[in-house]
Amino acid sequence: MSAGAGGRTVVRLGAGVLHRWLALAVAVAAWEVGTRAAHSPFFPPPSRITSRMYHLWFSGPGTRLFLTSDATANVVPSLLRMATGLTISLVAGVGLGLALGRSERLFAYFDPAFQFARVIPPPTLVPVFIVLFKLGTQMQIAAIVFSAIWPILLNTTDGARSVDPLQMETAQVYKLSAADRVLKIIFPATLPKIFAGLRLSLSLSLILMVFSELLPGTANGIGFELTDAQSRSDLPTVWAAIVLLGILGYVLNAILLAVERRVLAWHRGSRGTDA
Amino acid sequence: MILEEPPAPSGERPALTRTGRWVRGAAGLAILAAASEILGRAGIVDRDYLPPASAVLARSVGLLGDTEFLSGVWSTVRAWAIGLAIAVGGGVSLGLLLGSVPVLNTAVRAIVEFLRPIPSVALIPLVSLILGTGLRTEATLIVYAATWPVLFNTIYGLQDVDPVAKDTLRAFGFSRLSVTWLVSLPSAAPFIATGIRLAAAIALILAVGTEILSGFGQGLGVFIAQAQQTVDGTTDVLAGTVWAGMLGLIINTALVLGERRLFHWHVSQTKDRS
Repeated sequence: MSAGAGGRTVVRLGAGVLHRWLALAVAVAAWEVGTRAAHSPFFPPPSRITSRMYHLWFSGPGTRLFLTSDATANVVPSLLRMATGLTISLVAGVGLGLALGRSERLFAYFDPAFQFARVIPPPTLVPVFIVLFKLGTQMQIAAIVFSAIWPILLNTTDGARSVDPLQMETAQVYKLSAADRVLKIIFPATLPKIFAGLRLSLSLSLILMVFSELLPGTANGIGFELTDAQSRSDLPTVWAAIVLLGILGYVLNAILLAVERRVLAWHRGSRGTDA
Repeated sequence: MILEEPPAPSGERPALTRTGRWVRGAAGLAILAAASEILGRAGIVDRDYLPPASAVLARSVGLLGDTEFLSGVWSTVRAWAIGLAIAVGGGVSLGLLLGSVPVLNTAVRAIVEFLRPIPSVALIPLVSLILGTGLRTEATLIVYAATWPVLFNTIYGLQDVDPVAKDTLRAFGFSRLSVTWLVSLPSAAPFIATGIRLAAAIALILAVGTEILSGFGQGLGVFIAQAQQTVDGTTDVLAGTVWAGMLGLIINTALVLGERRLFHWHVSQTKDRS
């Protein structure tokens, strides 16, 4: 983006935004018209889905951020489970990953076991955890952690292995303590890789959050609402839950990207690229 | 799977040899197995909950002689293959279309960006309501989930095509379509291959996940779901999980090797793994 083309770029950008929203609006309108005409019980029009979403979750009193009791009973527990699972994955994955990345021998002991654990399709583990843990939150968090930890762990390991040897030698020359070396050199150098892993883990934890709630043995959550509506053939609620999950996925990803951009500003700046 | 020796931390012991890594990896697995064996046999963990590794492995091997189990695995693999094939065909063609028509790209991108964040497993209840349970439901869900990585990698790969090569062919009077066919597609192929590898893993997740949720019919996931319902079926659940992992491993290894063979000339293969 050169300075001379700035004005034109703004116009182009504006046209681009308009273009995008227009396309989306046209698509939604077409869907509305199509579903109204088709009268299929399986495909309620978007207007009915949004009004269902409003009544189910967002028509509460202003003092409670407009959330209904249904929202606090189902949406909040889901998000808490996901946040807990993701936090455990992040802490454990980064901690273990830094250790494994800096010790080739330790890494060699764990590598095959990890490689195998990683390729198991995560939903398969949910029945295993249903047996191993108590039903409910404990099992769900275990399922989330066991699938979300791998991208973070393996990426951190990868990043910690490839820290610039020159930086490590410099640290040695300046006699940095082990803690300082980890905090000031290894961890920052690994951050871009950690974020790359975290992005994958975020979508995995959303998937596992929903999946673990879809199975019998859950009493609340968005996934529970989804299966509950399915068993009553309440299609508008099924659709509403899906749209809500899509919005959550979009927002959570946007938040993560914003945090990443902030935290890694030095990284891109120092390398002089803006990819 | 490591192409080059990782740099040895300076001033420390020398880098491990290949044998050194293998021995340690095998030892790690052995320690893990022994730990589960001891926990199970000493009664620290209830054997009904966590059967020892030897029992799980024996059962996994035993399942190879079980024709019903094998036909279940086959129907999972079939749904996986059908879904993935459709996703690859659709993703690549849509990617080519969007990648070469910018106006269409911006328009469709907005819609795509709202569809993509929907966690695909959330669609299982909806699609099961509409299509019932079985191959069609499974394949539909796989197509939905597996198309994204193929589509995005195709578009991404097309952006990477050398414009000079395209212009050269155009200057020689080649049509747009043949430029796409002769330059863009081969040049984007390594990216598409990466997309297919991601899609293959996602397709397996959806195949097994749908089966576990539906709980009846045929398939590896159905086997696991049904074993979970029976008393002391934990060994079967874990043995099924071992085979699900093996499927994942076989698929991933085959695709990685295929990529390395086909695209050994490409940067993504000559640089580091990732």
